[in-house]
Amino acid sequence: MTSNNSSEIPVGVIGAGNFGTVIANMLAQNRKVLLYARNSEDVHRINSTHQNRGYEVHPQVEAVNDFERIGRECEVIFPMVPSSHFREMMIKLAPHLHPYHMLIHGTKGFDLVLPKGETIETVKKLDRSMVKTMSEVIREESVAVRIGCLAGPNLSKELAERQPAATVVASHFNEVIQTGKKLLKSDRFQVYENSDIVGVEIAGVLKNIIAIASGALSGLGFGDNAKGLLISRGAVEMVYLGRALGGDTKAFLGVAGIGDLVTTCNSPKSRNFSVGYRLAKGEKLQDIIEDMKEVAEGINTVRIAKMCADHYKVRALITDRLYKVLFEGHTVEEALDFLLRFPLNVDIDFI
Amino acid sequence: MEIIEEKKNKNKKYKPILDRIPDWPVYQLSKNRKEFVEEVTSKSVERILEMRPSYKQLIEDLQATAYREQNRIKRNRWRIDPKDDSSFWSSVKNELVELGAKDQEEVKPKVDELLTKIVHRYASEIAGNFKPTSYRFAREAVKFWFGRLLNGARIKKFGGFFRNQYALRDKIHIVGKVKMIRKLARQGTVVMVPTHFSNLDSILIGWVIHAMGLPAFIYGAGLNLFNIKIIAYFMNSLGAYKVDRRKKNLPYLETLKMYSNLAIQKGAHSLFFPGGTRSRSGMIEKQLKLGLLSTAIEAQRTLYNNPAGEARKIFVVPVTLNYHFVLEAPDLIEDYLSKKGQDRYFPEQDKYGSFQLIRFMIKFFGNRSNISVSIGPGLDVMGNYVDEEGNSLDSHGRIINTKDYFTSSGQLTIDRQREDEYTRMLSQRIVSEYHKINRVFASHLVSFVAFEIWQKKHSQLDLFSLLRLPEEDLEIDYLEFKTVFKRVRKQIYQMKEEGKINFASHLKGKSDLVIKRGIDNAGVFHLNRSVAKNKKGNIITQDLSLLYYYHNRLVGYDLEQFI
Repeated sequence: MTSNNSSEIPVGVIGAGNFGTVIANMLAQNRKVLLYARNSEDVHRINSTHQNRGYEVHPQVEAVNDFERIGRECEVIFPMVPSSHFREMMIKLAPHLHPYHMLIHGTKGFDLVLPKGETIETVKKLDRSMVKTMSEVIREESVAVRIGCLAGPNLSKELAERQPAATVVASHFNEVIQTGKKLLKSDRFQVYENSDIVGVEIAGVLKNIIAIASGALSGLGFGDNAKGLLISRGAVEMVYLGRALGGDTKAFLGVAGIGDLVTTCNSPKSRNFSVGYRLAKGEKLQDIIEDMKEVAEGINTVRIAKMCADHYKVRALITDRLYKVLFEGHTVEEALDFLLRFPLNVDIDFI
Repeated sequence: MEIIEEKKNKNKKYKPILDRIPDWPVYQLSKNRKEFVEEVTSKSVERILEMRPSYKQLIEDLQATAYREQNRIKRNRWRIDPKDDSSFWSSVKNELVELGAKDQEEVKPKVDELLTKIVHRYASEIAGNFKPTSYRFAREAVKFWFGRLLNGARIKKFGGFFRNQYALRDKIHIVGKVKMIRKLARQGTVVMVPTHFSNLDSILIGWVIHAMGLPAFIYGAGLNLFNIKIIAYFMNSLGAYKVDRRKKNLPYLETLKMYSNLAIQKGAHSLFFPGGTRSRSGMIEKQLKLGLLSTAIEAQRTLYNNPAGEARKIFVVPVTLNYHFVLEAPDLIEDYLSKKGQDRYFPEQDKYGSFQLIRFMIKFFGNRSNISVSIGPGLDVMGNYVDEEGNSLDSHGRIINTKDYFTSSGQLTIDRQREDEYTRMLSQRIVSEYHKINRVFASHLVSFVAFEIWQKKHSQLDLFSLLRLPEEDLEIDYLEFKTVFKRVRKQIYQMKEEGKINFASHLKGKSDLVIKRGIDNAGVFHLNRSVAKNKKGNIITQDLSLLYYYHNRLVGYDLEQFI
């Protein structure tokens, strides 16, 4: 970092998936961007064709395959890799990071740290000490402290078409929020601030559960009444689970909570939604997973949230039923039947 | 009372790292006391003006200050308070009233002047008064009288009083990273942050610092301690500065922080109890007060900002004090229970004068109940571990440049919100270190197990109903107790392997003996024993609240599941 003119310093984006590519394009409107791709063929292809995953890639974006260079040249880095690869990526990136680096991630999933020899199938209980959000993974694996996250109703396709949208940048550090805002904000993209980073992260993760359920309702051919019911009860369930996991209620009512939830539950474009949809149509989970290009974070999230709900004694009916559908061979109809018969009468009791 | 002897204490004597007292930073500070108070005053005023850019706000703050101070004088007056307290504050109040009538231009210099006057008063009140002569005297007095008490009480022979068979070192075990702290104190400035359970802590830790061969530290000691004359004498001579927890107004808090900040910057090794007051519940502190802690971070940033040469590094050293017995336990736990659920301030009342303290000392030294002090590893101001050369290390052992925490785009920047967040992170790190270096005594474990068994047996009761149960009805079968005790002890062994906790060597060995040792020592001088054995050999208690207090020492380790 030799220059003080911040506009000459490139911004890093790690992960050249759909969301990574679109974010890189947005950032490239006022900065040079280094986009990290795991695969050197992808790097070569992006740099020569300026195309990736069906998106045009902005000329200011340079694809690279070199963490050392990203650490050396960039001060702000946006990691956008699936949660299952996140820790592995951080371990490789960490030697090149310093305490002045800012990391703003956009990954909506949990990381699991299980006792030796255990897997998610065998482990008996799951508590918060084993379930990490991505910002916690960054802290554990590197010296970076200026950590933020991006969450909100941000479907890659719509962002790429410059349709109006908004996001939340959450961080304990004001400087991270302001930097994120400065880099991302445009006349079609609003950025909101939140200091409860863990709450925002958890909201972004948990909404994927409800998204699967929403897809399932659609798959059964039900309409908007059912969806309204699901979204509102789903939001309540997110608040309960989220509080047990260390988030604050407020984060769940904002853009990253309700905002993202409504979008994902209405969007056949979302991966989690289509998992639910296809399940309701009678497909097997295994076939659906094999069929998808990118990971549907929600499948794993259901399992984790169910076990945490059991441990913290939180009533999470939708999650629980979905778990039975995904992993215990129940049908979507059975699950729905159970939920509609459940004697539950208090509407809102968390405010 | 028969007590199994603790494993031979291997504590050795440490040479002082700086021989001549005039070389000590604390001496330099008090030699130039007047200049230092001036510097604290002017910098604090500067800071307050920066925080309150409009005069309207500032005047409101000063009015609130005067109002609260007058309230304090009326409601909660201490022996140590200056005689002119009342007249000073009523004159401040009058001046503030007069200001209301004046116009803008005239007001500014007047307000500045008034603020300076208040801050200067606070700074002089806070400032310590270290004198080498009385330091030496106090040190020798402590050594001599403690030595006499110890030998007199232990050697049951005529003339034992004058023997030197036992030294204080045998009574107080210092364990942990002593060598490291000695090395770090030579290269940088040490900020020691101990847990706080008893009023005795302040004197104890003073002796510990001396015993480790370190120069005297400056202390943030509660002003209430100065009400007890004998402690006040020692505190003054040990270089204490006074922290008055009754004063919560802006000028006072800023002055206090500036005092600590500047002293650390000048290289004075410092000590304060980051929990604020003594732990009321008997638990290891979970929440620390961030005010004084933040001064370590701010001082480090200011030192990095100094263009001249290499910046002196600041090292934070967590320390836990482990007792079998806390003199004030009955009052502390009563306080805690009556205030639980209500987070409001309550005045510190000390029912212990000099006389009670001396009586306690005699009892204490006559008994073989030992104290251990665990010195934690050195941390940088961000809570990273440091090596013996003072380099900050990340979790993979790579060296971190601490200055990088304070820069952005290659420049050192001042960002108060960022530093607030750093302070919070540091406090979490200190709390987690406390839990790791905490040494479990047999008495702690016995208390924990007994209370938890009763709690489990009455799981339908909440804490307060449980504590109201008549003590005569509580009895645990010895064999049942022993089984649970062994199970929890095994878990503690396991956790020590994982580096999550530590224990005293006397915790090992035959469980019957260890339980006996624990029962004999638990809260040994209280009127009612917190845990005891009845004629049938079963476990009973005479004071369940007290047992709760001692049990709390092991809360926070998730040991409850092994009951």
